[in-house]
Amino acid sequence: MEVEYAMKTQKSIKDLLKGSGVTYGMVILAYLLVEIALKTGNMSSLMQGLLVPLCIYSILAVSLNLVVGISGELSLGHAGFMCVGAFSGALFSKAFKGMIDPTLSLIIAIIIGAAVAAVFGILIGIPVLRLRGDYLAIVTLAFGEIIKNIINAIYLGVDSSGIHFSMKSEVALKLDAEGTVLIKGAQGITGTPQASTFTIGVILLLITLFIVINLVNSRTGRAIMAIRDNRIAAESIGLHITKYKLLAFTVSAALAGVAGVLYAHNLTTLAALPKNFGYNQSIMILVFVVLGGIGNVRGSVIAAVVLTLLPELLRGLNNYRMLIYAIVLIAMMLFNSSPKAIELRERFADSFKKKTAKKEVA
Amino acid sequence: MAAPMLEVKSLSISFGGLKAVDSFDVTIDKGQLYGLIGPNGAGKTTIFNLLTGVYKPDTGSIVLDGKNITGKKTIEINQCGIARTFQNIRLFKDLTVLDNVKAGLHNSHPYSTLTGIFRLPKYYKVEKEMNEKAMDLLKVFDLDKESHYKASNLPYGKQRKLEIARALATNPKLLLLDEPAAGMNPNETAELMDTIRFVRKEFHMTILLIEHDMKLVSGICEQLTVLNFGQVLASGETSQVLNNPQVITAYLGE
Repeated sequence: MEVEYAMKTQKSIKDLLKGSGVTYGMVILAYLLVEIALKTGNMSSLMQGLLVPLCIYSILAVSLNLVVGISGELSLGHAGFMCVGAFSGALFSKAFKGMIDPTLSLIIAIIIGAAVAAVFGILIGIPVLRLRGDYLAIVTLAFGEIIKNIINAIYLGVDSSGIHFSMKSEVALKLDAEGTVLIKGAQGITGTPQASTFTIGVILLLITLFIVINLVNSRTGRAIMAIRDNRIAAESIGLHITKYKLLAFTVSAALAGVAGVLYAHNLTTLAALPKNFGYNQSIMILVFVVLGGIGNVRGSVIAAVVLTLLPELLRGLNNYRMLIYAIVLIAMMLFNSSPKAIELRERFADSFKKKTAKKEVA
Repeated sequence: MAAPMLEVKSLSISFGGLKAVDSFDVTIDKGQLYGLIGPNGAGKTTIFNLLTGVYKPDTGSIVLDGKNITGKKTIEINQCGIARTFQNIRLFKDLTVLDNVKAGLHNSHPYSTLTGIFRLPKYYKVEKEMNEKAMDLLKVFDLDKESHYKASNLPYGKQRKLEIARALATNPKLLLLDEPAAGMNPNETAELMDTIRFVRKEFHMTILLIEHDMKLVSGICEQLTVLNFGQVLASGETSQVLNNPQVITAYLGE
């Protein structure tokens, strides 16, 4: 029994090492399939519109998994960091629209979005990471909402005399006649260039996976997971708790910022609504992480893709759409977490392994 | 005689009205195996927590190898050279056995987070060193075959050993063992005694241990301190202390 267990754990470690290759391969394969479908004209416009959001949600799920799965802290403010990234990136693109090459502009916007989200990650992380468990979840949730509401109240304009800022109204900006409004309160930013493409989205997803997977499998990742598993023991062997918790939180926030920039450049109008940056969004991302398996990066991507596609694919069934969605949610939950389902899966995997082993012998 | 490894003077701490530790003194020489015994609630683990900076002492001083470490943080104290194990095992249960030890090597084998993400040559070099060093340590504790097990899947006795291996990975001068034989059967305890002796010889380690198993204590400790209600009841050579009538009444029983 013990030996069997050992073999299983040993196998899972090997799988994990091989796993990163499988994850990249899976994403690239999906990309190629989509590209073929696009080229041969086998994709509805509805599906085409979903391609970039799929990348956005996958990036969000993978980055949140770094906090929830690897660092073991429940954060419900992920949409807030996405929001910060989206607005800072879109602001840059709008301000410099037509002045620089669009691709270069998007790259700079992504870097700015990631950096600003990271700064917010640090600022919020320092006080918030002193809390644990439910308290941390509540406070991050509040911060997410605060960020969204503050952005809703910001008015920013530029004219010959410089930058004007107000928290009141557009008139309070007192712009010159030829001045332009960049952020218009609750109406947000209009006229951002639609530079996000599926290719860029997939590249960013691959970069996100690269960063998260390599971070987890390094000295830093080991420290983060050690702290998750036992804080007191981690301290006793000299690991800096706050430093590593903050690092995971900040990297996660920066990646959410990247997803935000991608989101902002997929639309012409960017406004901070409860729908896109509210707590429902944060919880949606958490659902991807939990259903994909906490700490399982590949699972996050799969869950994000399936759960984003599902409501759209079921659109034809109209009345039963949400019912089926709910059933799939429950089924995925059972498949991933119920002991019986895990047992069944393992038995299936074992019998599969035996079959291949027999073939090899023959 | 060389300077002592650990010199503790009139260490005290109270929780509310309770004097958990009351002017505790101890001097441990380099390379010594020192035992700390006493009834439950006598304050033994509290002393460990004071020594490792989990609690800050109200009064008193702790000097490690000539360096005053009183009131320092746990992390700093570990870097000064004290490593410990816990009464209730605290392993990184979802990490592999190997990674548990590698976590202990964290501070002695640094490379930056970016080196890790971008897999620069230094990453491979340092990780290889860490793997080799960790495997050497695991071999000492006969855990090398289980290096890829999840720590929580190890049998109890081996979990205790892994905790010692992890503590040793931080390259300490003084090792604190909190009831290393708790929950072990006589065979495992005998094996543990051999391991402790071996660690002391191989790593020239000074060891302070808390233990209830009198066989283990009388078998390997040269000096003892008996604690009762936060105060030192007796201390000195093991055989003398164990024959002290006060110790017999308070702890050992007639």
